[in-house]
Amino acid sequence: MTDTHEMPKYTLVTGVIGSDTHIVGNRILSMALEDAGYHIVALGALTPSEDFVKAALETAADAIMVSSLYGQGELDCKGFRDMCVEAGLQDILLYVGGNLVVGKQDWDSVETRFLDMGFDRAFPPGTRTNEVVEILARDFKERAGDADTGKQ
Amino acid sequence: MSARAALLIDFGSTYTKLRAVDLEGRKLLGTGQGPSTVTSDITIGMQAALGDLEERLGQLPDFRYRLASSSAAGGLKMVTVGLVKELTAEAARFAALGAGARLVDTFAYELSRRDVASIIGHEPDIILLAGGTDGGNSEVILHNAEKLSASDITCPIIVAGNRSAADEVEDILRAAGKDVRLTDNVMPSLGTLDIEPARAAIRTVFIERIIHAKGLDQAHDFFDALLMPTPAAVLEAAKLLSDGPHGHGGLGPLLVVDIGGATTDVYSVADGEPTEGRILQHGLPEPFAKRTVEGDLGMRHNAGEIIEAAGKDTVAVLADAQVPEMAALLKQISADVERLPKSKKERAFDAALAQSAVRIAVKRHAGTVEIVHTVNGPVAAQRGKDLSPVATVIGTGGALVYGRKPSSILSGCLYSEDEPNSLRPRDPALLVDANYMLYAAGLLAEAEPDAAFDFARLSLEPVSAMSEKEGENELRLTSG
Repeated sequence: MTDTHEMPKYTLVTGVIGSDTHIVGNRILSMALEDAGYHIVALGALTPSEDFVKAALETAADAIMVSSLYGQGELDCKGFRDMCVEAGLQDILLYVGGNLVVGKQDWDSVETRFLDMGFDRAFPPGTRTNEVVEILARDFKERAGDADTGKQ
Repeated sequence: MSARAALLIDFGSTYTKLRAVDLEGRKLLGTGQGPSTVTSDITIGMQAALGDLEERLGQLPDFRYRLASSSAAGGLKMVTVGLVKELTAEAARFAALGAGARLVDTFAYELSRRDVASIIGHEPDIILLAGGTDGGNSEVILHNAEKLSASDITCPIIVAGNRSAADEVEDILRAAGKDVRLTDNVMPSLGTLDIEPARAAIRTVFIERIIHAKGLDQAHDFFDALLMPTPAAVLEAAKLLSDGPHGHGGLGPLLVVDIGGATTDVYSVADGEPTEGRILQHGLPEPFAKRTVEGDLGMRHNAGEIIEAAGKDTVAVLADAQVPEMAALLKQISADVERLPKSKKERAFDAALAQSAVRIAVKRHAGTVEIVHTVNGPVAAQRGKDLSPVATVIGTGGALVYGRKPSSILSGCLYSEDEPNSLRPRDPALLVDANYMLYAAGLLAEAEPDAAFDFARLSLEPVSAMSEKEGENELRLTSG
């Protein structure tokens, strides 16, 4: 952030991607993240992938948290990282979580697919919010330590 | 006569128009019209209009207020700059249009050298610089401030972007000697519009500078104040009619359509929220008082574009003319944009153009609803404003007041089974601003809200009453 006089407060964009109306889990996650001190830009249900990117650009978000619960996440998330790169957000942290695919598939292979798509982390169904909060804090810390170039 | 009269002046692009009203008796005392002479000496047109008024009244009363609006000399030309096209750039656009500006160009993302050259080429009166939510992206607005500061731009720049970057943006521009005005962010947080402060800042610049820049101060002996651009006065009148004076007794949600020679403007005063519970609202919320301008829908300057947008056959059916015949009519008005219709054919053609312009302009202004198929079944998603419950539609402009078939023309705004996704009014009362009083009421709204409301209200005539006069009057275009 350009603000030097105050502690950087991370901004997160949250929402449910595609034609998915399952908002409850995403809202609970958003509330938990807000309680953890993050600034939340909640886009809600039925959010097209480009709206995540536009919102992140305008708000200078540090991470995008994509939820998908209706089994079509893989299709909806295709090219998500590429879109971020296109918008100049190549370094933004990307999380995805929920019922990402249809049927009972091996989680490891699902996770691999999403990581290959450019997500930094993928979370299976049933993940607790505090788990996400902890991992996110760790990721931000790591990034801050990684390089002081980071974000401008 | 007592000093309870008011003179309301509209310096238009074609005419200088006057309305003299009796504030106590709530009467329109008379009207006057002269040519628009802003390019030579504005006082000539003003003198002519006053002469016209005096002739009708016998003697000019003492005026307690002499207030003016202007759309002359190209209107209030503005350029807006934002970050994401659908977000802060759109919010900046809403602010400029709501302030009555003629938006000559809009930019999003980082300005290039070419963009800056194009801005200079437009010779804007004001640039509105937005970008980033508060605490959000500041790189882009800083970049754009640098670009503007390094340019030869001399017009005022209103900064209405990311609060966290505002000081720096101001410093950059001021250091380069630019006229900078700082105001609140048009989008303080994502999806929240706050355009009133920017609108107020635009109006301040208009009052301070535009009067001089457009040569309107030559006429300063004739008026006390030039308050706002004419479209802003119409929006003020629309708000007053909707809310009522002091917020009581208004007409409720309403729509105003102004069919002009060069553009068709649409104003809505309505929250436009979904009318049914199960509908999800999508996209940026829109201003409660919203103005859109369709630069490709003008009765004279863009008649060909109206036909193109509406479809040749559709317009031909409405005009009761054959397509080749219509082409000849079009050629005629394109060759002479000040032409008034003379024959029955020409009047029918004008009415068809106006009806088509109304339909397309209101369709673009109104929101849409789409059915999205989800695993839980179909869900309706709304974008923009749902105007279907709007109970009052007011038409203004020469084509309606002096032309044929005002009821058919204005019915173009209605919801149609053919376009079920377009959330246009379903069953409104269709009214015409018969005495062209909206701008006048808008000018008076602040000083005399009760009288202003009555004047606007009294000028409204149902189209059914107007229809009796069909064909009697010559069509006159009141705005250009």
